[in-house]
Amino acid sequence: MDFSKRDWKKAFITAGIPVIILVVLAFFPMYGWQYGITLFNHFLLFVVLSVAWTIFSGTTGYISLATAAFFGIGIYAAALVYPSVGDRYPLFVVVLIGAAASFVLAFIVGAITLRLKGIYFAMFTFGLVLIVRELLYWYEITVEGRRGRIVKFEGNDTIYYYLLAIAAVTILVAYLIKRSKFGLALQSIGENEEAAAHMGVNVTMVKVFTYAVSAFFMGAVGVIMATKWSYVDPGVAFAPMMSFSPVLMAIFGGFGSIYGPVIGAVIFSYIEEILKTGNWSRYYMLIFGTILVVTILFLPSGLVGLIQNVWRRVMGRRRASA
Amino acid sequence: MHLLEGNKLTINFGGLTAVSEVDFYVDKGDILGLIGPNGAGKTTLFNLISATLTPKSGTITFKSRNITGVKPYQVCRLGIARTFQTVKIFANMTVLDNVRLAALFGDSKKPSEAEATKAAMDLLEFVGLVGAAGIPARGLTLGNQKRIEVARALASRPELLLLDELMAGLNQTEIAEAMDLVRKIRDRGVTIIMIEHVMKAIMNVCDRIIVLNYGKKIAEGTPQEIANSKIVVEVYLGE
Repeated sequence: MDFSKRDWKKAFITAGIPVIILVVLAFFPMYGWQYGITLFNHFLLFVVLSVAWTIFSGTTGYISLATAAFFGIGIYAAALVYPSVGDRYPLFVVVLIGAAASFVLAFIVGAITLRLKGIYFAMFTFGLVLIVRELLYWYEITVEGRRGRIVKFEGNDTIYYYLLAIAAVTILVAYLIKRSKFGLALQSIGENEEAAAHMGVNVTMVKVFTYAVSAFFMGAVGVIMATKWSYVDPGVAFAPMMSFSPVLMAIFGGFGSIYGPVIGAVIFSYIEEILKTGNWSRYYMLIFGTILVVTILFLPSGLVGLIQNVWRRVMGRRRASA
Repeated sequence: MHLLEGNKLTINFGGLTAVSEVDFYVDKGDILGLIGPNGAGKTTLFNLISATLTPKSGTITFKSRNITGVKPYQVCRLGIARTFQTVKIFANMTVLDNVRLAALFGDSKKPSEAEATKAAMDLLEFVGLVGAAGIPARGLTLGNQKRIEVARALASRPELLLLDELMAGLNQTEIAEAMDLVRKIRDRGVTIIMIEHVMKAIMNVCDRIIVLNYGKKIAEGTPQEIANSKIVVEVYLGE
């Protein structure tokens, strides 16, 4: 193989940097900075949700607001097979169970609803969150005569490692899909679905399967967050904000690349943390909204798009002067 | 045995019968022209053949196999490709990726990525767009975007190609080039059905012509016969 200097540089950026970051993050708990771990858990949760959301919605343009539903299914899977008292499966098995449950639900929902376009699809998927939540409330209160469940509590470090592993796998899968011919098919669906179908792409299968894959990761983090919160009820598990936040983060970071939602999730959840804990907590939603409006108006390709533009200008000038 | 045969095809949208009991066929190696006034049902007939729509009654047979009611992607893989009246390119994908996609998914032989890229480059060479391979498709002129559509359709290695108003909106030079391209495609062994309003092109290129009006087939024959047909002249020019 003939590797030029440029190829090496590219290989370093696509593979080297993520691996270095992952290694650094893997040793992070050894500093013993407890607040840092809590903060990073928060980051990782939203990195997974917004990257997973981007896998499907970012490329196809179908705006799904069912993130909270798939996340909540993971939480409830943990509540059922990982209770604080009684028989439990090992945690990694529970993660797979929660992820698989979300995958199956997304597959069924996708098969039924992915013929809906635009706002209708967005509304239906959001309706799903409310339907599942209300059904669970009804079941717990009228059938079981109680509300909420207790999940076995896990320590910060365990949660951190699980979230880090899930985030790494999510990003890796997003990257592999993007590079593959499957990713090309997804892109063509986003560009012009009718033309894609006439070029031999089985659009229904591609859409439904990808939707289920993105739900898989949402379910997986749901399981882990349940072990952090310990007490869960339908209102906690199916909070509508969990549908919107990942979308906002992906838009903020820019969902044209995989770095976009990652950066968007980290920055956005950091801002959220500062605003919520500081004196600004009352203005939290106001500032959130303002940032979003400014992003949509002035940065259509998000933060990553802005960085790329600046970079191109700097490089262009350097080349021009050379 | 005809390559493609339509038997009493009918479809209606609400009260409007867009295509009514139309029989047609095309033989291997032919260029069949489809003409008629606006709203005559030409594109609807294409949509029936390419499975965008399912006929209310009637059957479509391709290579003696009944293909009525299959999915669009299956029709493509069976060997029927199409272009669109209003171009439906993948605007933000590169010209090469537009064509590569069809090679990867539409070709029933399932080529590898490398083979698909090579096939796509060859087709870009064939339609004269090799220099634009790396450019996003949205940056090309209408004439060149139509070439992308042709290359993309050919990338699925069809036996039958449906061209929907390939020449609409093109200038005289581009029309002459497009006519040339149609003949070159036929010389590759691809059978063609084309919808066209540019009469010069239809009369020069087609072996046979079908005339539709209000969803019904009103005439069929060689370009010479159609040009001399009283009923066709009436429909187009009034009495």
